[in-house]
Amino acid sequence: MGPTQISFKEHPPAFQTSRKAKLRAEGINMVFTRDGAAVPVLENINLEIREGEFVCLLGPSGCGKSTLLNIIAGFLAPTQGQVRIDGELVQGPDSRRIFVFQERGVFPWLTVEGNIGFGLFRLPRSEREQRIARYVRLVGLQGFERTYPHELSGGMKQRLEVARALAVNPDMLFLDEPFGALDSITRLTMRRELLRIWEAERKTVVFVTHDIDEAAQLADRVVVMTARPARIRRIVEIDIPHPRDISSPRYLKLRDSIFEEIGLAHNV
Amino acid sequence: MFFNDCVSVLKRSGRIRKGLSPAKLLVRLRPWLFLGSLMVVWQFGAGRQSTHILPGPLSVAAGIVELAQRGLLLRYIVASLFRVTWGFSLAAVLAIPVGLTIGSYRRWEMALNPLLQVLRPISPLAWIPISILWFGVGDVAAIFLIFLASFLPLTVSAMNAVAGIAPVHIHAGQNFGLGRAQLIYRVLFPAVTPQLIVALRITLGIAWLVVVAAEMIAVNSGLGFLIVDARNAGNRYDLVVAGMVMIGVIGLLLDTGMRSLEQIESVRWGYSED
Amino acid sequence: MTPLGHSMKWEKAFWPLAAACLFLALWAGSVKWSRTEVFPSPFDVAKGMVELAGKGLLVDYVGDSLRRVAAGYLTAAALGIPAGLFLGSRPAAMAVINPAIQILRPISPIAWIPLAIVWFGVGDLAAMFLIFLASFFQILVSAMNAVRNVPSMYRLAARNFGLSPLKLIARVVLPAALPQIVIGLRIALGVAWLVVVAAEMIAVDSGLGYLVIDSRNSGKRYDLVVAAMLLIGLTGLALDSIFRRVEKLKSVQWGFQNDA
Repeated sequence: MGPTQISFKEHPPAFQTSRKAKLRAEGINMVFTRDGAAVPVLENINLEIREGEFVCLLGPSGCGKSTLLNIIAGFLAPTQGQVRIDGELVQGPDSRRIFVFQERGVFPWLTVEGNIGFGLFRLPRSEREQRIARYVRLVGLQGFERTYPHELSGGMKQRLEVARALAVNPDMLFLDEPFGALDSITRLTMRRELLRIWEAERKTVVFVTHDIDEAAQLADRVVVMTARPARIRRIVEIDIPHPRDISSPRYLKLRDSIFEEIGLAHNV
Repeated sequence: MFFNDCVSVLKRSGRIRKGLSPAKLLVRLRPWLFLGSLMVVWQFGAGRQSTHILPGPLSVAAGIVELAQRGLLLRYIVASLFRVTWGFSLAAVLAIPVGLTIGSYRRWEMALNPLLQVLRPISPLAWIPISILWFGVGDVAAIFLIFLASFLPLTVSAMNAVAGIAPVHIHAGQNFGLGRAQLIYRVLFPAVTPQLIVALRITLGIAWLVVVAAEMIAVNSGLGFLIVDARNAGNRYDLVVAGMVMIGVIGLLLDTGMRSLEQIESVRWGYSED
Repeated sequence: MTPLGHSMKWEKAFWPLAAACLFLALWAGSVKWSRTEVFPSPFDVAKGMVELAGKGLLVDYVGDSLRRVAAGYLTAAALGIPAGLFLGSRPAAMAVINPAIQILRPISPIAWIPLAIVWFGVGDLAAMFLIFLASFFQILVSAMNAVRNVPSMYRLAARNFGLSPLKLIARVVLPAALPQIVIGLRIALGVAWLVVVAAEMIAVDSGLGYLVIDSRNSGKRYDLVVAAMLLIGLTGLALDSIFRRVEKLKSVQWGFQNDA
């Protein structure tokens, strides 16, 4: 059974064909063994992500999208299949591709400055300090440089983690439900912030979420995944430029198509 | 809590007249009143007994003064602290790296854990004959006992601390390109430090308990020796209790000192809000 | 560092056995190599144990030690848990009594021995008193802290449903505090086991602690000394394991399920 990769696009974006493939996942299968029983989590995933894209992996909780992200990032080895980034086989984590965990990923024993500067140990001191200052400003944490994470709010910790990831100037960013632990108002703010930062830096982003609205608001392409064992159900292309008007008919149509794909009715 | 009370009283002693109403003052004083009333009951009970063996608080206080005058108080306290410091520090310096290493490698942990679990319940005091056999009666035997008493709990605590590190932090460290040595130095150590400090505090308390026992049996100086000697050479129970009080006070001071380490900023994150 | 490093089941038995064998080999080797006259080899210790079993002392002494621990420990629990529940529920009372507790706690039970002997004479009662002391403070403090950590949410909900103060403690506070109390009980049992050995070395004439001292004093039987030590270790481990089984009971297990 092959993967379904029908792109639902009426107006193909003009720049699509000129962007090269940054990441290729081929034939990814993942089987966990727990208590002797084999638990298949991912089934025959084939995915291509282009440079500078913002891609969302969307699916119900527990479907395996985080597992896929971990495989792409090199933290897990797939049972079958391989991932290539820039043609190079992925064999482990690499500082060119930084993973943003939920706020828990922040190092609690370091200040804001310490966290952001964590990956910059190869740089000379003055350059390190410059970069730290730049990213503190970028994520809006000025004034909190010497604060410890346990004194920050959830949203601030999340921003800190994004700053830490960006400070090392990675090619790719992987975000695993980064806003999951935040309240819905903060989440909206953080989405805007993330887009602002992304447009400033234009990294390739792979973003895992179970929130349909989040995926529709952020992504260029939404990879809709099935429940476990997860396959790619469909890839929905959202070609609306940012900032997106979330009441525009086009947006709603694309969003609805995702809803349909997941099998949810319109009325609550 | 007791410590906080002391500190805040000391801090505010300059401003007591300003903001403290009589009611607040009473609340602050209540624990001391309770202790005081215990003392009174104690004194009363001591005075009433027929055999007049046990001392009241006054004779204990007199006993402490006597020891101070004879120069023994300081000498014995220093002797006990000396042994604890040596035994405990040696244990810490060895146990923490060993424990961290064992905890990091699953196979090592599987191999050594049962052995540790059997050794742990053996009271350090049960080692006394062996330690006297190996080291004779004296300081070294006592230090060895304290070392033993501290080494095992610290090793086990270090092992558990490593197991408790959130995998997220290890992954993040690897993600940023840290080599193995850097990972240990910049992620593992900071992550386990809060738990290690708690373990050190608790183990220091154990070491303090054991030094008293070790001194009762194996050496001739120190607070434990004082207790045994005061009784054997003349039934000086006032000195016995004086020794006990000193032991309690110093044990409390050691514990408080270690607790203050837990207040350091880069470690405080490891302790949940009270 | 992938989580796919599943160890085979046989490894869980293999490595400890390998380590134990290595340890015994080193022990036997160093005894032989140093040609000591006194220190026992593993075989001597094993023979010593058989000798003790043959004389019936093995069961007797272990039983004596366990008996004393049971008496002192259970009394400490019977007094310490209610006291801890009470004090923990009343912050004002706790603030008053706490300093006294904090001063008495660091005084080693061993330091209490002369007083214990004065009050109870040499014998079982003195040993039980020492065990009681050692366990009591630990249990009391654990219970106090456990109660203090019960979220006020639970109390408010209980009052909302109209529970009387006594029912509140019995049906809400106690179950909520139980996991932490059980941990405190386990630690206290470990302390009690340490103390019984000390108490028996000094204040009585039976039991495992006595065996340790006596074997040396009457004849330098170091093989029996080490055999006694081994028994102490194994019995202590058995006690701890039983306790950990108790911790796995459903009604207590909920308190330990905070691993993500």
